Amino acid sequence: MGTTAIRAVDGITLTIEAGEFVALLGASGSGKSSLLNLIAGLDSPTSGKVISDGQNLAQLSPNELAKYRRRKVGMVFQSFNLIPRMSVLANVELPLRFAEVERRERLRRAQSALERVGLSNRLRHRPAELSGGEQQRVALARALVNEPGILLADEPTGNLDSRTGAEIMDLIARTNAARKMTVLLVTHEQAIAEQYAERLVLLGDGRVVADGRNAKAMARSDA
Amino acid sequence: MKLSDSLDLAASNLRQSMLRNSLTTIGVAVGVASLVAMLSLGVGLQRLASRRLKTSGLFDTVVVSSRRDLRSFNREQEIKGPSPLDSPDLDEAARHRIEKLPGVLEAYPDQRLVTELRFGTKPHLTMVAGLPFSAKDNDGFEGMQGRFFFSPTAPEAVLQKNFAAELLDRPSGKGEVTAADVAGPLLGRQLVMRFAERTAANAGAESVSYSVVSRELPLTIVGVTDLDPDSLRGAGRARVFVPEALLESLHTVESFDSRDASRATSGRLLYTTLIARVAGTGKVDGVEQAIRKMGFNTFSILDATKSLRRFFTILDLFLGIFGSLALTVASIGIINTLVMAILERRREIGIMKALGASDQDVRGLFFAEAGAMGLLGGVLGVGLGWLIGRAINLGTNIYLARQGFPAERIWTMPGWLVGFSVVFAFLVSLMSGLYPAARAARLDPVQALRYE
Ligand SMILES: Nc1ncnc2c1ncn2[C@@H]1O[C@H](COP(=O)(O)OP(=O)(O)OP(=O)(O)O)[C@@H](O)[C@H]1O
Ligand SMILES: [Mg+2]
Repeated sequence: MGTTAIRAVDGITLTIEAGEFVALLGASGSGKSSLLNLIAGLDSPTSGKVISDGQNLAQLSPNELAKYRRRKVGMVFQSFNLIPRMSVLANVELPLRFAEVERRERLRRAQSALERVGLSNRLRHRPAELSGGEQQRVALARALVNEPGILLADEPTGNLDSRTGAEIMDLIARTNAARKMTVLLVTHEQAIAEQYAERLVLLGDGRVVADGRNAKAMARSDA
Repeated sequence: MKLSDSLDLAASNLRQSMLRNSLTTIGVAVGVASLVAMLSLGVGLQRLASRRLKTSGLFDTVVVSSRRDLRSFNREQEIKGPSPLDSPDLDEAARHRIEKLPGVLEAYPDQRLVTELRFGTKPHLTMVAGLPFSAKDNDGFEGMQGRFFFSPTAPEAVLQKNFAAELLDRPSGKGEVTAADVAGPLLGRQLVMRFAERTAANAGAESVSYSVVSRELPLTIVGVTDLDPDSLRGAGRARVFVPEALLESLHTVESFDSRDASRATSGRLLYTTLIARVAGTGKVDGVEQAIRKMGFNTFSILDATKSLRRFFTILDLFLGIFGSLALTVASIGIINTLVMAILERRREIGIMKALGASDQDVRGLFFAEAGAMGLLGGVLGVGLGWLIGRAINLGTNIYLARQGFPAERIWTMPGWLVGFSVVFAFLVSLMSGLYPAARAARLDPVQALRYE
C-alpha cells in the first residue's frame, strides 16, 4: 500500500457491446487487471461508474454483486487459479454450487463443460496431475459452466507455449461466436490480440491510449 | 450455497488437512471428556449420597414420643406445647391415626429389651431390638451374611457380628471380625430368648392388674450383619434383631413399664416411642407438623441433608467450571486452526468469491468446518469421558474391595449429560468459528487473488 495514491485505472470511458471480442493491451502495470476487476465487481472505483448489462455495479449490495458474478461473469486467470485440493470435476462444479444448482443437473452441466474443452476423461484428477494447457482448459470450463454473458480472461495464455495458447484461444473464440458471449481478453501478446479480437484497446498508465477495430489499432500502436 | 453443499465442501476441506484438523478435534474431545467426567463424578457422588441417605432409614423416619415421656428428644417442644398431663396418650388409637396421615407408610413401636439369650448351654446377656420388616432394604443390611427375616413374624434372629463372635467364643479384641468369618458356623443354629410376658389378669373396672410370666422362645439365626452397634443406625446398641411384629406379639415387659403401670389409668397398652416411616424425605416436614398438632413430640434428622445438598450443588458447580476451562482451551484450538486455515486458503477464498461465492457462502463454509469439528469432538469426548468414568469406577471399586466395602457406582453418566455435552461442544465450536468465519467473509477478493 503506501501513502501515495496510485491511479491504476484513470479516467477510462469504454463502451463494449454485447457479444464483442475485445483485447486489452498495454504494458505491465498499465491497469489491465484493475479494469477487469472493476468490470467483475470484485473492486469498485473511487469515482465513476461501471454499468454492466444495464446495472450500475456501484449500486449493488455485496450479495447482489456475488449474484452478478455467478450469473453473468466468467473469469479466467493467467495462473489458472484452480483449487488444488479439489478434483477437476469438483472445480468445475464449484460455481454451480454457489448458484444452488441441483446435484444431478450440476454434474451434467460440469461434465458437458469439460467435454467441450476435451477433458471428459480427466474428471477425477487433481489439477496438479494435469499439464498447464489442460489446467487452463479446466479453468475455462469452470468459467463457462454458468453460461455467462461476459468472459473476463486475464492473460489466459501467459503461462502456456504458443501451441497450447492457440488451443485455448480457439476455444474462447468458438464460444464467443457460438453464444454471442462478450469476451474481454487481457494480453501482452500483440499477435494473439490481432488474430482473435474484433477490437483492440491499448492502455497506458491507467488511461486508454488507443481504441479501434483490429487493423486500425494495430497501425496506431506500431507508431 | 445450500447447507448440504457447505457441509460437503467443509467435509472435504477437513479431510485435506487431516492431521491438523484431527488434532484440533481431539482437543475438543479432551475438553468435552473432562467436562463429562467432572460432571458425571458430581452427579454420581450426589446420587450415591442420596441413595445412602435413603437406604440408611435415618432420614425418612420421624420418632414420635408422648409429651408425658420426659426423656423426650426436643426440649423446645415441651416448653411450647401443652403440659405433659394434658397431652394425649401414645396408644393404639394414636398409632392408627399416625399411620393414616398422608405420607406415612407405617408406624411401629421402637421396641428394645435387655434379656438373656442362650446359645447351646451358655447364657448371654444383651439387648434385643425389633426391626420392622421394611428395614430389609436398609443399607445396614447390605453386606449381611445369610438373609433377612423370612416374614414379619418369623421366629428368626439377625446377629450383630461382634455378638456372633461372642457366641463362638472368639476374642473380639484381636483385629476386626468380619460377618463372613463368623456367619458360617452360626447360620441355621438355634438361640433361645428368655423374656417376661405380661398377661392381663381380671380386667375389673376399679383396679387394673397384670401378671408377668417367664417365657422362652427359640429363634433361628438367619443372618449376621456388619452393622456397627454404636452408630446412629445401630438401634440403640442392640446386638440381636428380631422381627418387630414378632416382638410386639410377645407382650414383653419393657423396663419402663413400671411408670405406665403405676399410673394405671386403664388397661390400654401405651407406647413409649413410635417410629413413623415416611414415603420420602420430602414429606418428613409435613408429617412432623401433623403429628405435633396431635399433641406429641417428634424428632427427625432431616436438617442434616439440607446442608449436604447445598454442598453437592457447589461441588457440581466447581466440577463444571473446571470441565468448562478444558473446553475453553479446546475452543481456542478451534479458533487457531480456522484462523490458520484462512491464511492458508486466502487465495482459495479469493477464487471462490470471483466464481460468485457470497460473503455468506464463505462464512457458512468456515462455520460448517467449526461445527463439524465441534460435533465430532463432542461425540468423541463423550465416549472418552465415559471411558474415564468407567476407569474411575473400576479403580474405586478395586480400592473399596481391598478395604472390605461393597462396590459403589460413584460415577454416573445420565442421558441428559450426553446430549448436553454434545450440544455444548457444538455450540462452543460454532462460537469459536464466529470470528474466523467473519474474517474469511470480509477478505478482499482482489487482494486475496494477488496473494501467492
Ligand atoms: N492493491 C494495490 N495496491 C497498490 N497498488 C496497486 C494495487 N493493485 C494494483 N496496483 C497498482 O495499479 C497499477 C495497475 O495494476 P494492474 O495489476 O491493473 O496492472 P496490469 O496492467 O494488470 O499489469 P500486468 O500486465 O503486470 O498484470 C500498478 O501500478 C499496480 O502497482
Ligand atoms: Mg495483470
